[in-house]
Amino acid sequence: MSSPGDSRRTIARRRETALFLLAVPALLLLGIIFAWPVLRLLAMSVEDGTLANFEKATLDELYLYVLFDSVKIAAMVMAICLVVAYPVAFWLSRAGRWGVALGMFALLLPFWTSVLVRTYAWLVLLGRNGVVNRWLRDAGLIEAPLPLLHNTSGVLIGMVHVLLPYMVFPIYASLLRIDPDLSRAAEGLGAPAWRSFLRVTFPLSLPGVSAGCALVFVLSLGFFITPALLGGGRVIMVSMLIEQQVREFLDWPFAAALSTVLLVATLAIYALIGRITRGARHA
Amino acid sequence: MRRRRGVSQILLGLFAGLVFVFLLLPLAVVFPISLSSAAYLQFPPPGFSWQWYQRYLDDPSWIDATIRSVKVASLCTVLAMGLGVPLTFFLVRSRLPGVRVLDRLAAAPIIVPTIIISIALYGVFARLQLIGEWYGVAVAHTVLALPFVVILVSAGLRGFDEAQEQAAAGLGAGWPAIIWRVTLPQLRPSLVSAAFLSFISSFDELVLAMFLSGASMTLPKKMFDNIMMEIDPTIAAVSVLQILLVGVALGLTSLFGRGALTTTMTR
Repeated sequence: MSSPGDSRRTIARRRETALFLLAVPALLLLGIIFAWPVLRLLAMSVEDGTLANFEKATLDELYLYVLFDSVKIAAMVMAICLVVAYPVAFWLSRAGRWGVALGMFALLLPFWTSVLVRTYAWLVLLGRNGVVNRWLRDAGLIEAPLPLLHNTSGVLIGMVHVLLPYMVFPIYASLLRIDPDLSRAAEGLGAPAWRSFLRVTFPLSLPGVSAGCALVFVLSLGFFITPALLGGGRVIMVSMLIEQQVREFLDWPFAAALSTVLLVATLAIYALIGRITRGARHA
Repeated sequence: MRRRRGVSQILLGLFAGLVFVFLLLPLAVVFPISLSSAAYLQFPPPGFSWQWYQRYLDDPSWIDATIRSVKVASLCTVLAMGLGVPLTFFLVRSRLPGVRVLDRLAAAPIIVPTIIISIALYGVFARLQLIGEWYGVAVAHTVLALPFVVILVSAGLRGFDEAQEQAAAGLGAGWPAIIWRVTLPQLRPSLVSAAFLSFISSFDELVLAMFLSGASMTLPKKMFDNIMMEIDPTIAAVSVLQILLVGVALGLTSLFGRGALTTTMTR
């Protein structure tokens, strides 16, 4: 005797089974080509049964310095992206159809162009005799060429260029979700425009700010190609250190320890930024 | 008051304009260089010539790398769509308690630094003797493309009214037919955008390719070596071709994707 409830449950169970079967191939791929190799790599760091590799990664002054430097550069990239992206996102959220189309073109075309193409272009633009220095000299603004390449400023310019869209899109999205009547109401009640922005619009856009900051920080922390090419060997990030350990020294256990530190830092900061901005929003 | 508002609007517009110039400048600068008659990097170019395009087309190592990258990106697109779309149906519709964890797993390749994935796979692929095999690179790229497919297609799938499927089922259609004839056609904008992003993300990818492609280079690896070794304007010509490819693909997606790309990116 099957009651209607039973048959509904059977249908539901069959539905869940079918859905799960759909996911199996992709989950197998993610397990075999992603999760398992990464976990295996992380496990290599304690293969010798001691924490020696972690001690070396976190106590040795040289490696500690690289780690702090990476965090510092990631924080700087995040801050620059935020300051630059917010006004752009704000402008986009108030722009007409053509403004939005232009903005999306300017954001999406570089976004999907190879990082290599862009890095190459920056080499041309920022070099000692590059386009930017030539313009500045011709305009009489500088006498000696500015050192824009093979140092931190070159790396920052290149990284901000790559990561800016990751900050603009979430902020733009959260600005679009705000009811425009809210700021109109604030201004109708006598608040000046800047005040209605600070007290109404900005707090409501914080989820987007949080998402953008977390994404940009996490992506910059693991950056590899841009600092390797634009830093000229003077800017070393953790990712470059990891590559060097594998390629040059074949020191897999130490590379594994560095990877673990990078991954833990990445996840911790990702969680932390989310929590800070959520807290700010509830305050 | 009104006037001050106008001024701040203009300043904001100017700022946004400057940022757009900053974003597009590096793309614009490679066009004149690629058409330069100079033998080495010189800006502004002293004269006009097609020589760097000629050099690209005549050099079998550039052409090989290009063909290999097209093959890798095509297989990656097929795999990412073939595995990612069914996965998205599961992630969006299943009510299993563990589905949130699997959702995180599918998004993880974006958060985990690519260098970590690269050396992890380098170890595994070296043991399986897959280094230098183009399909190995394609499979690895699929892992990076899956999150994009899941994000785009799940946005489309959430906006889809399931009642239509029940209606079709009530009229006697079987499930494969329903998915194929009712659901997927309506997801087409998301599907087109996801396929495009998978292709481009694989075509542009360097870090995984650096470790896994060995001596049989993909186009980005070849470009990387060129930048490290010689920097002749051939790479500018290659860059222009790549920018045009992205431009055309973006244009096609906005045509057939009906804005799924931008609406998802801004969600």
